[in-house]
Amino acid sequence: MSATLIAQLVVIGFTFFMLLNSAAVLVLMERKVAAFIQQRLGPYRVGPWGAMQPLADIIKLMMKEELRPKSADTFLFYLAPILCATAAFAAFAVVPFGADTTFFGLLDEPVKLMAADVNVGLLVIFAITSMGVYGIVLAGWASNSKYSLLGGLRSSAQMISYELSYGLSLAAVIMLAGTLSLREVVDAQAGYWHLFGVLPIPKWYVFLQPLGFFIFMTAGVAETNRAPFDFPEAEQELVAGYHTEYSSMTFALFFMAEYINMVTVSAVAVNLFLGGWHGPFLPEYLGWMWFLLKVFALLFFYIWMRWTLPRYRYDHLMEFGWKWLLPAATLNLLVTAGVVIWMGW
Amino acid sequence: MDALFFWIFAAVMVVASLLVVGQRNPMYSVLLLIVSFAALSGLYVLLNAPFMAVVQIIIYAGAIMVLFLFVVMLLNVRTEEDGAETRRPFDIGPGPRRFGAVLAVVLAVQLIWALRRIAEAPFAPAGPDAAAQTSVYAIGLRLFREYAFAFEATSVLILVAMVGAVILARRDPHLPTRKEQ
Repeated sequence: MSATLIAQLVVIGFTFFMLLNSAAVLVLMERKVAAFIQQRLGPYRVGPWGAMQPLADIIKLMMKEELRPKSADTFLFYLAPILCATAAFAAFAVVPFGADTTFFGLLDEPVKLMAADVNVGLLVIFAITSMGVYGIVLAGWASNSKYSLLGGLRSSAQMISYELSYGLSLAAVIMLAGTLSLREVVDAQAGYWHLFGVLPIPKWYVFLQPLGFFIFMTAGVAETNRAPFDFPEAEQELVAGYHTEYSSMTFALFFMAEYINMVTVSAVAVNLFLGGWHGPFLPEYLGWMWFLLKVFALLFFYIWMRWTLPRYRYDHLMEFGWKWLLPAATLNLLVTAGVVIWMGW
Repeated sequence: MDALFFWIFAAVMVVASLLVVGQRNPMYSVLLLIVSFAALSGLYVLLNAPFMAVVQIIIYAGAIMVLFLFVVMLLNVRTEEDGAETRRPFDIGPGPRRFGAVLAVVLAVQLIWALRRIAEAPFAPAGPDAAAQTSVYAIGLRLFREYAFAFEATSVLILVAMVGAVILARRDPHLPTRKEQ
């Protein structure tokens, strides 16, 4: 085995490990941020500053009894969480998180900091996240309980509605960059514009596509079922929605999938709109620090939003998705296409 | 290696497609159809056409099948066993049955003819040339230059279908609703 191959395998393993851990870190982050927003302390008993709380949660989840409703469809009941978690992990496979690196001169040839470099990477992410819907729908159906079924139905309706705007906002960026590969989209955002000849502005697509960024983030929140669009699991109406009947590790898989999906959406948003690993001050081989920083800023934004905004009403959500977000995304796409042709990019 | 994957995907596809028809539970039929589509997408990857593979997943497995699943769930059709005792299987009257038999024979003849043609022109392995032809850029050029008319005609067809669905589903405000009747 060549050194490059080993390095590539290490990168893949590292990506998987970090995604797995990101769920735990995010749970702690969510609880802490929520606590501070509500003027509480949050978890503080397990470990310093409550830092070991996720570990305690995991042990609790593993020790719990596995329950299954008597009338549930056994095969689909257990397939659903597996589908959800697999889709969540698989989507990150094509997300790059840093420039090509030789690990400080350790390797002769540089390796890419991503699990798989596919030249249609953006579409792959889109395809895999759309497969994640099945996990939720099947969980709702297979549980054979009314709350689960309603949660599953709501989720599929919501995801179908918002996937359109999501895809259209992606398409505008694809047109600007002229490529479907996430790595090339990020590389197209290197460098600076100089406003009035002096003020440097990074060439991030968020400045060219502010509306696109807004649409992407809104649709992303709806796609990951987070507040204020968390209808599939609206607890006041549906107990816990599609995962009402799940317990122990099967529940943990859904939980993990939700947080990993958040990470993926944030990472894709950073790569598409916020310049990926490009940023001032740091040399290129430390670009992954910028990437992490930006992803965490977006994740914080997600959590912040959840604990600040109340949940929408379901018909409002659908109306917003179809009557406002979709036309706005279409308009954005048309204007972008016009400008691209006019400027001759 | 490629041949091994081809046979795996092909076998999965054929078995899943057969099971789609054989299932009593419509939920499983939908899922097996998705498996079949996924295997087809794998075949596209083997043919050096990643764009087609991904589009296959997005459109068929992702978008269309979610709608199917949605409808099955909304109707909540559990199984097809209901009413099976009162009616013999395949008892749909002689007319439709004969018509169906003729159609089946036509289909079988077509299939045999198509398979013989393939046997005459053997399957060419995908070379580097195929990758250039199936790139997104090349497909875009083909679609909007050579096949522009077909593309536009298809979109008009889809629009017609959509308008038709809206008209069929629309409630006429002048007609009394079921409750009023």
